[in-house]
Amino acid sequence: MDALILQILNGLDKGSAYALIALGLTLIFGTLGVVNFAHGALFMIGAFCAVTLNKILTLSHTVVDETRKNFLGQPMELQVPYVYDLFGEDMGNTIIDWSVPMAILFAIPVMVLVGVVMERGLIKYFYKRPHADQILVTFGLAIVLQEVIKYFYGANPIPTPAPSAFTGSFDFGALIGFDANTIIYPYWRLVYFAFAAMIIGAVFAFLQFTTFGMVVRAGMADRETVGLLGINIDKRFTIMFGLAAAVAGLAGVMYVPINPPNYHMGMDFLVLSFVVVVVGGMGSLPGAVLAGFLLGILESFASMKEVIDIIPGINQIIIYLVAIIILLTRPRGLMGRKGVMES
Amino acid sequence: MSKTNVTRRGVLKSGAVAGAGVALPTIFTASSASAYTNEPTGDTVTLGFNVPQTGPYADEGADELRAFELAVEHLNGTGADNGMLETFKYADGSGTVLKGNGILGKKVQFVSGDTQTKSDAARASAKSMIEKDGAIMITGGSSSGVAVAVQALCQEAGVIFMAGLTHANDTTGKDKRANGFRHFFNSYMSGAALAPVLAKAYGGDRKAYHLTADYNWGYTTEEAIRASTEAMGWETVAAVKTPLTQTDFSSYIAPVLNSGADVLVLNHYGGNMVNSLTNAVQFGLRAAEANGKKFEIVVPLYSELMARGAGSNIAGILGSQNWDWKLENILGSRYSGTNAFVQSFGTKYGFPPSQAAHTCYVQTLLYADAVERAGSFEPCAVVAALEGFEFDGLGNGPTLYRADDHQCFKDVVVVRGKENPENEFDLVEIVEVTPVEQVTYAPDHPQFAGGALGSCNNGA
Repeated sequence: MDALILQILNGLDKGSAYALIALGLTLIFGTLGVVNFAHGALFMIGAFCAVTLNKILTLSHTVVDETRKNFLGQPMELQVPYVYDLFGEDMGNTIIDWSVPMAILFAIPVMVLVGVVMERGLIKYFYKRPHADQILVTFGLAIVLQEVIKYFYGANPIPTPAPSAFTGSFDFGALIGFDANTIIYPYWRLVYFAFAAMIIGAVFAFLQFTTFGMVVRAGMADRETVGLLGINIDKRFTIMFGLAAAVAGLAGVMYVPINPPNYHMGMDFLVLSFVVVVVGGMGSLPGAVLAGFLLGILESFASMKEVIDIIPGINQIIIYLVAIIILLTRPRGLMGRKGVMES
Repeated sequence: MSKTNVTRRGVLKSGAVAGAGVALPTIFTASSASAYTNEPTGDTVTLGFNVPQTGPYADEGADELRAFELAVEHLNGTGADNGMLETFKYADGSGTVLKGNGILGKKVQFVSGDTQTKSDAARASAKSMIEKDGAIMITGGSSSGVAVAVQALCQEAGVIFMAGLTHANDTTGKDKRANGFRHFFNSYMSGAALAPVLAKAYGGDRKAYHLTADYNWGYTTEEAIRASTEAMGWETVAAVKTPLTQTDFSSYIAPVLNSGADVLVLNHYGGNMVNSLTNAVQFGLRAAEANGKKFEIVVPLYSELMARGAGSNIAGILGSQNWDWKLENILGSRYSGTNAFVQSFGTKYGFPPSQAAHTCYVQTLLYADAVERAGSFEPCAVVAALEGFEFDGLGNGPTLYRADDHQCFKDVVVVRGKENPENEFDLVEIVEVTPVEQVTYAPDHPQFAGGALGSCNNGA
């Protein structure tokens, strides 16, 4: 039982990342009708916003310590962050320690800007082109973006830890009446799940309870009629692209303490996120979120040794297997609408 | 309206020119004009450095390329110093015949290719360097899959392959080739070197849980570590294969603590290792207790670059390395050559070399020295010069290039992640060096079964 609860927690956590990325993908597809293969790259850029802020906060000047030697036997050069000079060592360390949560504030404007520039500068020219063209151009863009990141940050993962208050794990089992040390779960992963739930809730609330959201939903349902009413729906959809980029970026920012980010992390998530969107139903926001969590949980269960022992290799194919079954039984996905991507 | 004149003579002329163009790459190969593939006829000789310049191991590849460039400078006598040429010596104590005037008087030049850490791309770039650039030797790489693929290509093409970073047993086991040589250590050696240290550090009564990358290197490493640890009394409670493309290992890590195991062995490398170790530490395994003992994590193959990726999570974790830049400072003159190389590399690039850089630098020098001793670039003469060759002063202590399988036998370094590193290049501390006798195995050892060297091919 404890193993099952652990895997449900893991699944919810994995599903959080899938759901956030798939939510953004669906927002873009639902509003602009664009299949955006650069969406994984937006997740990656978000993660590197956290790395960048950490690097800014640890910008240092060199102090030579004559009493210590470096590997060549020369006096040791020590790097002292400027924040130490500005705020003292203790406060400076605290600021650096909290660089990942602070990066949320840094990432929002950066990601909105990246999203708007991406949409206005490139993607808008492909609205009327076939989906295959959109896929090619956005996939190419994703490769360019990841190579740019690799040029500046290298190919190696860059450790960017969570604040020390959230490192380590706690006894989740003891909270729910299990024996001590049976369900140990990392703090940050719970933070990530809560954060994802909050962002998803905020996006749905924005679309559901604001006038802007109402217009966007109307535009998603019938773009032409909304346009005929004199509403500049294109402008709103551009903003929605920026919003979707920000959602993916925030998912990336908060993900860096879970796994050290590298330039390739967007591609790692991209294919799975597309499967999530297709399983959830193209253009369906609740479907994307539901499928994200569902596939995350199934992937976790399929990784259990007991399951692999019965069906070897199931851990590698479970998501695609489930996708096939769902698409065979419900061709429009779990919550897909009639007419979306159907000629 | 345009008019096209097609004549019989014109078609024949065009056909002849096109035929010559298509045949051009093979006109100059050994079979038609030389005694062996890419026999150097001018005053230069070309080496091919095949390293990952893109993809996840690009940083490791960049370090290999730095080392190769340094080796070329030293071979040509154009560097700020002579590096390991000053310390490289033979079993009889005499110094290398390399004098810093190229190889057999020919100036060394090089071309580089990008393996992308993909077997097909690595073969394509090696093929291009051999056929178009005239490379007489191919070296480098950061993956066993790539090493095995390129080694087979070099065998077919009739050039020497001096492997870079490749740790799977198969490279000098079932996939060994007469034209291929490996200086880097292997999975068996990691197991043999680590087991006594693990027994001493964690005791002989332990239960291990293996997470293994689902590809060739993972299998041989798991097999080697299991064999060595079970021989000293450890029990393996589970071994789970993880997909090579896995990024989040939480669902594999989470059940470990309740499995009855008290040691987790991560048979992972590269990004897999960084992520699985990070996840294991997040799930509290470093701080946990099981079976009344402190829970431990072991990473059989260490890499400085990956340690950097894992950050503070690497602290206290035991593993093995082929070489470490601190060896000579800590363990003395047995590992001579280390400081000479670190000095050269550090002065040129500003930071200490990785073990990948070291093995690539050494391989280049070993090849050049073998050519000089053989008095010829002819691959079979070079193979004969390297087989059974005993040398010292290249940073690993006395070393043998065994004739039976073309594997180098030397001491293995057991390391542990440092608790309080002073900088990003000081992430590991040397725990022990396992003497070569303890890591030597018979050529027909079961972990290396199958395959045969065959005979060398010079492409003629």
